[in-house]
Amino acid sequence: MQRSFIARNPSVLIFLACLALFTLMVTVLSEGLGVGMISTSFVKTLGKTLCLCLIAVAMDLIWGFTGILSLGHFAFFGLGGYMIGMWLMYERTRLIVVESLSQAEIPPTSSEVVDAIGNQIFGVVGSSEFPLIWAFADSLFLQLVLVVLVPGLLALVFGWLAFRSRVTGVYLSILTQAMTLALALYLFQNDSGLRGNNGLSGLQNLPGVEVSQDVVSLWFLWASAFALGLGYLLAAWVVSGKFGSVIRGIRDNEARVRFLGYSVEAYKLMIFTLTACIAAIAGALYYPQAGIINPAEIAPIASIYLAVWVAIGGRGRLYGAVIGAAFVSLLSTWFTGGQAPDIPLGFYTIKWVDWWLVLLGLSFVAVTLFAPKGMGGLVDLWTQRRAPNRHGADLGPDDGALREQEASE
Amino acid sequence: MLRLLLAGLAILLSCLMATAEEGAIQPVLQEHREVIAKSSRKTIAPAIDAIADSGLPQAQRVLETWAAKSMWMRKSDGYFFAGEKLDSKTYQLLDFDSGEVVGTFAKKDLKQLKPNSGIRAMIGTALVRFQLLDADIAKRQAALTSIQRDPEAALLAPLRASIADEPDAGLKAQKQRLERLLTIGYDDDTAARVAAIEGMSGDLGVDVRATLNPLVAKTRGVAPGAAPQGVNIAAILTPGDDDFPEEEAYDLLVAEGFAPARVSKDEVRLALAENIEGGSVGGVPVAQLDKDETRARAYAALAAAGKVPPIVTAADVQTALAAHVFFETYAESSADVTTAAQKALDTIALKVGVNQTLDLTLDALSLASIYFLAAIGLAITFGVMGVINMAHGEFIMMGAYTGYVVQQIIPDHTVSIIVAIPLAFAVTFAAGVAMERLVIRWLYARPLETLLATFGISIALQQLAKNIFGTQARPLTAPGWLDGALVMNDVVSISYIRIAIFILALIFLGVFLFIMKRTRLGLETRAVTQNPRMAASMGINPGRVNMLTFGLGSGIAGIAGVAIGLFAKVTSELGSDYIVQSFMTVVVGGVGNIWGTLAGAAMIGFLQKGIEWLNPSNTLAAQTYMIVFIIIFIQFRPRGIIALKGRAAGD
Repeated sequence: MQRSFIARNPSVLIFLACLALFTLMVTVLSEGLGVGMISTSFVKTLGKTLCLCLIAVAMDLIWGFTGILSLGHFAFFGLGGYMIGMWLMYERTRLIVVESLSQAEIPPTSSEVVDAIGNQIFGVVGSSEFPLIWAFADSLFLQLVLVVLVPGLLALVFGWLAFRSRVTGVYLSILTQAMTLALALYLFQNDSGLRGNNGLSGLQNLPGVEVSQDVVSLWFLWASAFALGLGYLLAAWVVSGKFGSVIRGIRDNEARVRFLGYSVEAYKLMIFTLTACIAAIAGALYYPQAGIINPAEIAPIASIYLAVWVAIGGRGRLYGAVIGAAFVSLLSTWFTGGQAPDIPLGFYTIKWVDWWLVLLGLSFVAVTLFAPKGMGGLVDLWTQRRAPNRHGADLGPDDGALREQEASE
Repeated sequence: MLRLLLAGLAILLSCLMATAEEGAIQPVLQEHREVIAKSSRKTIAPAIDAIADSGLPQAQRVLETWAAKSMWMRKSDGYFFAGEKLDSKTYQLLDFDSGEVVGTFAKKDLKQLKPNSGIRAMIGTALVRFQLLDADIAKRQAALTSIQRDPEAALLAPLRASIADEPDAGLKAQKQRLERLLTIGYDDDTAARVAAIEGMSGDLGVDVRATLNPLVAKTRGVAPGAAPQGVNIAAILTPGDDDFPEEEAYDLLVAEGFAPARVSKDEVRLALAENIEGGSVGGVPVAQLDKDETRARAYAALAAAGKVPPIVTAADVQTALAAHVFFETYAESSADVTTAAQKALDTIALKVGVNQTLDLTLDALSLASIYFLAAIGLAITFGVMGVINMAHGEFIMMGAYTGYVVQQIIPDHTVSIIVAIPLAFAVTFAAGVAMERLVIRWLYARPLETLLATFGISIALQQLAKNIFGTQARPLTAPGWLDGALVMNDVVSISYIRIAIFILALIFLGVFLFIMKRTRLGLETRAVTQNPRMAASMGINPGRVNMLTFGLGSGIAGIAGVAIGLFAKVTSELGSDYIVQSFMTVVVGGVGNIWGTLAGAAMIGFLQKGIEWLNPSNTLAAQTYMIVFIIIFIQFRPRGIIALKGRAAGD
């Protein structure tokens, strides 16, 4: 008896309902279209958080379900942002340039317009020529295709190289970290063609759109929520079927899956590329809300934080990743934004701006040690699901295998 | 030539003077009274030369006094004296010849000679010949330095004359070398110059290259028809070659006035804008001028009407290029000299290349030893326990800060370093053991989670360091005897700190090998590395071994921190700057083997320096390419250069 996908995964429906409710509430309370209780900048923060939740879902797919601790998914996130940023910046600069050139006595030729745009964009890095990678920057459609294509291709090539040589476990983590670092260092150069450490800026202004940021921020919130919902659905669908069983098998005992006749490398490569594409889409939605992207965003540390969010939220369950990303990143914004009250101890005052990272680091260690289920484990208390009794053994012998406490019956 | 004539004239004059009045300089001065009083850079040369060439012992004093703006002219008779200020209105004058006080005069009766900086430089040049023979060795040295800085043809003769009587051997060698260099640059005799060039060929000194390079400096020229005679032509150029594109050739023609300048697109646009008549230009409506073709048509119409210069077509360019011959000339007119100089420079370039390779090797070696120091602790913990310690970089930082704190307490740098090294080891050893007992012990079977947990500790420690020491860099000063560098020649040099780090790395290699091969702990560690359960059943306590190994690895990181802090600024990010390279070293080298780490460090160090050498302006690119290379390298040796085999490999 084949039950429907939703019936087998009631959590998906609950999640989608919560997401819809959340979006509706923010819209109603926003400045742009509602009563104005939530400021536009906070709407943007919430929209960005939704994008982070989406990449956390991707991270959970690759780490929580496949057991590959990738420390490089922020590279794909950043690349997605760069791809959309190129179009945004090109188009906006083009509008400005055309406007200013139309004042001249002689109407500009198309090559003059392109040269002027190049001058505007690359003036900061002492150049005016368009590098080859900007070839499609004038077309929104092609750039949107590239958002998925470029990170997907990078993931495909890197994953193929890494998986076929059977690099696993910690080695793979370090290798992905190295990839991120290489990409970040490359982008930091002025002649990389993406404006070096200046990055791309002014991305919050949609070219040709006249409405205020109050409304634009809501559009992006809806888009982010929609993308998160779709991504979540996709991820839930992927892990619920046969494919999901195979990747969980790879996580817990790769050798056995291989001996059962599955092409482990192909599965890994597929999930690695898929998550890279999801991460890229999240990035493409994130950076127009952030307004600026530069290579520092891709630094290896960002990807490690991503793992931290997923671990705190609870890996191996999709809602855990979302909760972790939302909770930690919002909390982090609250603490580092200076809104948290200082704690006077008499002899010393704890300023959270300074001490938040210490708290995060230590609580992260504590979660790893004492609550491997993360915050998602709280849901288990409510649904009364218990860990299986495996007498202290993990689900499998592999590095990424779930621990006894993490799994649920 | 003019200079020579003047000098000759001056010598002649001074001879006449000498016969007229034996041993007095005043007549010489009087001979040139007008130019001296006028004090103009253009006309002063004969006066200075006359004084300098007078051969009188007073000449040096006169020149010095003059340059110091202390020479005064008596208005009544125009005689020159050295003046000394008595008070604001009166000056006491001294005669140059007798050295006696002539009398006291009011300022209004005198005229102070104020040579401008150009004249003072000329006087300085004239003075050099006296200084070269000065009794004071410091003054002779200063004179030599001044010639080196500012060589001139006129200095060659006095320099040569001063060599024979030079008592100091070191200074004499310097003088001889300088004489050779000046000969190359300024001697009249071509054969002597060629001989000097050949004698210096193969010398690595920067000064030799600085002397030879201007000789072979080339300028591009163009002439209609055939190349001109009587100039030292280096090469005939063909426009369209890789290093001489046609555009450049045509620009040269334009610059020399042999061809009309091209009309650029901007100029076309401006010309069009200027000639708008009733909404159209040259018969083309303005609205249509947004294409190159219509603009060209409009411009052609304007040119036909004679309002603008005609456009230079590609055919025009070709005709102009074909009608002219392009060539490169040497500034130096003698072909023998330029050939010899070029040959000498080639020899030197080869030698410099060899030495640069040596220098690069030394650089790479020192970088490799830094990576080795940073990675060895990581390799121990990863090799023995399979644990990646993301907080390793923070242990390095902790060691560096320990060194800094010790230096605040013990001001003597030598003593403080001697104290800091064991103290840093102790501090980080304790931190490592604490971390192992509190966190890592519980996660032994789970390397990925250890990685993340240690990362949590890493961000906490980094922020803690920021809170305690602030974000600005703290200095960890090396003791004085480590300052400076071991200089082998102008190309090869290495700083003593880097040598010290290299030696430190060697010591660590030795210590580590001793511990592993000769002590009980080493034996137990090797047993646990190979098979923890079997080792446990043999009576070894794996927990204790793990704890000590982790402590040892962390302790070494602390010492590495002191070493790194000596040449890098101590900040809370010190560790994270090295952590990825350390990971790379371990991954490339292969785990569980000290020789693997050594090989990995050497490979990464040499690779990084090698790539930097290929692309010296861009260290970021060098790191990028290195990481890409490592990713590819892992394809071929997934377990590193030296991989564990058998059961210990774990698969």
